[in-house]
Amino acid sequence: MSGRVLRARSGEAVRTADVPLLPLDGFQGIVADALTAGSRVVAYFGDAGPDGAVRLTAVLADDGEHAVGLLSTVVDRAIPSLAAECPALQLFERELAEQYGVVPEGHPWPKPVRFERPRRPGPDPWGRAGPLETIPGAYPFFEVEGEEVHEVAVGPVHAGIIEPGHFRFQCHGENVFHLEIVLGYQHRGVERLLEGGPDRRTVARIESVAGDTAVGNALAHARALEALGGVEAPPRAAALRAVALELERLANHVGDLGGIATDIGFLPTSSACGALRAQFLNALAELCGNRFGRGLVVPGGVRFDLPADAAARLAARLAAAWDQVAAAARVFFRAASVRNRTDGTGVVPTPLARQLGLVGPAARASGLPVDVRATHPFAPYAARPIPISVQEAGDVTARARVRLDEAAASAAFVQATLAALPDGPLRAPVPPPRPDALVVSLVEGWRGELCHAVRTGPDGRIARYKLVDPSFHDWMGLQLALRGQQISDFPLCNKSFNLSYCGHDL
Amino acid sequence: MIRAAISFVAFLALSPLLLGVVNRVKALFAGRTGPPLLQLYFDLHRLLGKGAVYGVATTWVFRAGPVIGLAAVIAAGLVMSFGGAPALVAFPGDFVLFAYLLGLARFFTALAALDTGSSFEGMGAAREVTFSSFAEPALFLCLVVMARASGALSLSGMLGDELAAAWHVQGPALLLAAVALLGVALAENARIPVDDPNTHLELTMIHEVMVLDHSGPDLALVQYGAALKLFLFGALVVRLTLGFPIASPALSLLAFLGGMLGFGVAIGTVESTVARLRLVRIPQLLVGATVLSAFALVLLLR
Repeated sequence: MSGRVLRARSGEAVRTADVPLLPLDGFQGIVADALTAGSRVVAYFGDAGPDGAVRLTAVLADDGEHAVGLLSTVVDRAIPSLAAECPALQLFERELAEQYGVVPEGHPWPKPVRFERPRRPGPDPWGRAGPLETIPGAYPFFEVEGEEVHEVAVGPVHAGIIEPGHFRFQCHGENVFHLEIVLGYQHRGVERLLEGGPDRRTVARIESVAGDTAVGNALAHARALEALGGVEAPPRAAALRAVALELERLANHVGDLGGIATDIGFLPTSSACGALRAQFLNALAELCGNRFGRGLVVPGGVRFDLPADAAARLAARLAAAWDQVAAAARVFFRAASVRNRTDGTGVVPTPLARQLGLVGPAARASGLPVDVRATHPFAPYAARPIPISVQEAGDVTARARVRLDEAAASAAFVQATLAALPDGPLRAPVPPPRPDALVVSLVEGWRGELCHAVRTGPDGRIARYKLVDPSFHDWMGLQLALRGQQISDFPLCNKSFNLSYCGHDL
Repeated sequence: MIRAAISFVAFLALSPLLLGVVNRVKALFAGRTGPPLLQLYFDLHRLLGKGAVYGVATTWVFRAGPVIGLAAVIAAGLVMSFGGAPALVAFPGDFVLFAYLLGLARFFTALAALDTGSSFEGMGAAREVTFSSFAEPALFLCLVVMARASGALSLSGMLGDELAAAWHVQGPALLLAAVALLGVALAENARIPVDDPNTHLELTMIHEVMVLDHSGPDLALVQYGAALKLFLFGALVVRLTLGFPIASPALSLLAFLGGMLGFGVAIGTVESTVARLRLVRIPQLLVGATVLSAFALVLLLR
C-alpha cells in the first residue's frame, strides 16, 4: 500500500478529513493492487457524499503491520466493476449497488444482496418497480441447462429450527454443478437504526445483530465508541470481556462439533457436545445473568463483576467440562466412519480462500493465518497471545479440527485469565464521540472477523455505522465448496461453515 | 395353525415395540432417558386421530401408496415363518413372493413420492430404487443359501426345524448369509449407516424423504409399515442365527422374542457407534453383502 492510504490501527479513531479522497481510477488501482498482492478487504462501503454523490470507503487489512489502510473516493451512478479481478469484492459491489444505486459495470453476477430498500433516491439498478418488488429472492437464478440437469430448491423455510435462507442447487443426479444462496429474509435495517446514536437502545441493537455473536458484536461496538470517546476500558473489564468472548467461542465451537456429528448421524459426539455446549453458555450466564452474554459488555467496560471465589469455581467447572469435550472430540476424530464422511468433503483450496477473502475458522481451515486476535491484538490478547490454529486441507475435517484447536486454546486462555484477573474498576466513563471521526474496530468473533466501521457527523452523532459480519465474506466459500460435491453432503458442509444469516442480512 | 396365528398376531402387535427398543438403546448410549418404549403406539394413535392433507398436485396414486405399502408388507408377513413356527401361508417358492411383496411396497412408495412432484421426493425415490437394486441380489442369494442348506423351497421349511441340522453341516455358509442379511436389513429399513431415520435434513434422506408429504392416517400407515418391515427382516436374521430347535412352542416363541430384543439392541448399538456412510458408498456396502452371500453359496455348492 502506498502513501496515498491512511494507516490506522484497529480501534483507533481518525479524523474523517484525513482519509485520503482519491480519484476513482487511483482508488480502484490501489484496491486492486492490494487485493491481487494478497491483502484482504475488511470493508468496502458507501456513505453519503458531497452533493448527493456517494463516498466510497475501502478498508484494507495490512495484517503484517497490525494495521488497516483507509482510502476513499467519490462515485455517482456507475463504477467499473473490480469483481472479476478481485472476487472478494463481488458482494461488496452488489451491496453498494443495492444501497446507493451505484451500478458496478461488468460485474459477473450483479444480483441484489438483501433485497433492501435503497438509501439514496434514484433509479433502481435492476429497473424494479418499487418496494413491492423487493421481495427477497425475487430475482432470476443462475441456471444450468441440459437433458439431465435438475434443480433443487431448499428453503427459506427449513425442516430444522434454523434461520431462513434459500439454496438453489443445479444438479446432475447426485452431483452439484452449482449452488446459489439467496439471503435477505432477515433484513432489519440494523445499520440505519444505529444512525443518530449512540443512545440507550444502541447496545441492545448491536447485541441483536446476530444472536449467537452478542458478545463479539458488543465488544467491537464498545471498542469503537471508546476510541471515539478517547478512553480505554480498565484492565479488569478488558479481561472479563475477553473471557466472555472466548466463552462464546467455546460454546459455539463445541456446539458446532456436535452439529457436524449430528449431521452424519454420529451419536456419541453429537449428544455429548450438545449437552456440553450448555456448560459454556451457563458460564456466560454466571458472568452476567444471560446465557448468550447479553448485557455484559458496554462502552467503557463491563456491567458485572466476577468475585474471586466465583471465578475460581467457574474455572474448575470449565476445566471439567473441557475434559469431557476433549474426550468427545477424540472419539469423533478417531472414528473411521466419521473420517470417511469428512475427509475431502467440501474442499476450499488455499488460493481460492485467499481470492474470496475468507475469514474465521473457514479461512484458517484452508491455510490462511487470519485471526484478529493475533494480527490486530488488543488488551488482554496482546499480553496473553492466542496461537492461530491453521489447517491446510480446507475440507470438513479441517474446519472441525480448527474449531477443536481454537476451543482448546480458548479454554486455556480462559483458565489463565480467570486465575489472574487484574484488580481495578469495571467501567470507565465514556465521553461523547468526537465529531467528524472514523474508527474501524475489529474483533475476532467465533465465526471470524467482525468489523464495525463508525463515522460520526459534525454533531458527534453516528452518521454511518457499517457492520461487516464474517458471514458476509464466507457465504461464497460455502457456495464454491459445494461444486462437484454430492448434494447429500450439503448439510454437512453447511454445518462445517455454520454461517450467520442474520449477521449477513443485518 | 394356532401357533402360526399366534406368531402372526405377535408380529402385528409387537413390531412398533421393536422400534421402541432401538430408540431406547440409542438414548441409553447418548446418556438420555429417551422416549417411552411404547412411543410408536402413541404416535400411531395420535396420527390416526388426525386428518390428512393432500397436495393439489397429487392424484389417487399418492393416496394409494401408504395403503398398498402396508397391505403388501402384511401379506409378506403371511408367508413369513416367525421363530420356527410355520407360516399361515406356505407353498414352494413363497420366498420369491415374499421378496416381491416387499418390492411392491417399495414400488408404490416410490410412485407416491414421484406423484407429489417435489424435487426432494423425486430424489429420494431415485435413491431408494437405486439402492434396493443393489440390495435385491444379496437378499436373493441369502434366501437361495437358506433354501439349499435346508432343502426346502418355502420360508416355513427354510426357517423350520431343518435349520438346526443345516447349521451342523453348513454352519460357515449360514453365518456368512446371516451377516449379509443384517447388511440388507439395515439398508432396507433405512437405518444407520445407510440412512438416518432421525435426521431432519431432506437432502441427506433416502427413505424418509419419500414420505415427507404424507400426513395423518396415511403417515400412520407408513410408519406402521416401516415397523412391520423391520420386524420381518429381524425375524429372518434372528431365526437364521438362533436356529436351534425347541420342542415347546411356547418356549420357542419366547426364545424368538428374546432374539428380536437382541436384534433391536444390535441395531441400536450400530446406530449409536457408527456414522452414516457417504451416499456414494452405500452401494459398496450392499455389493459387499452380495459378495458375502455369493461366498456362502459357493461354500454350499463346493
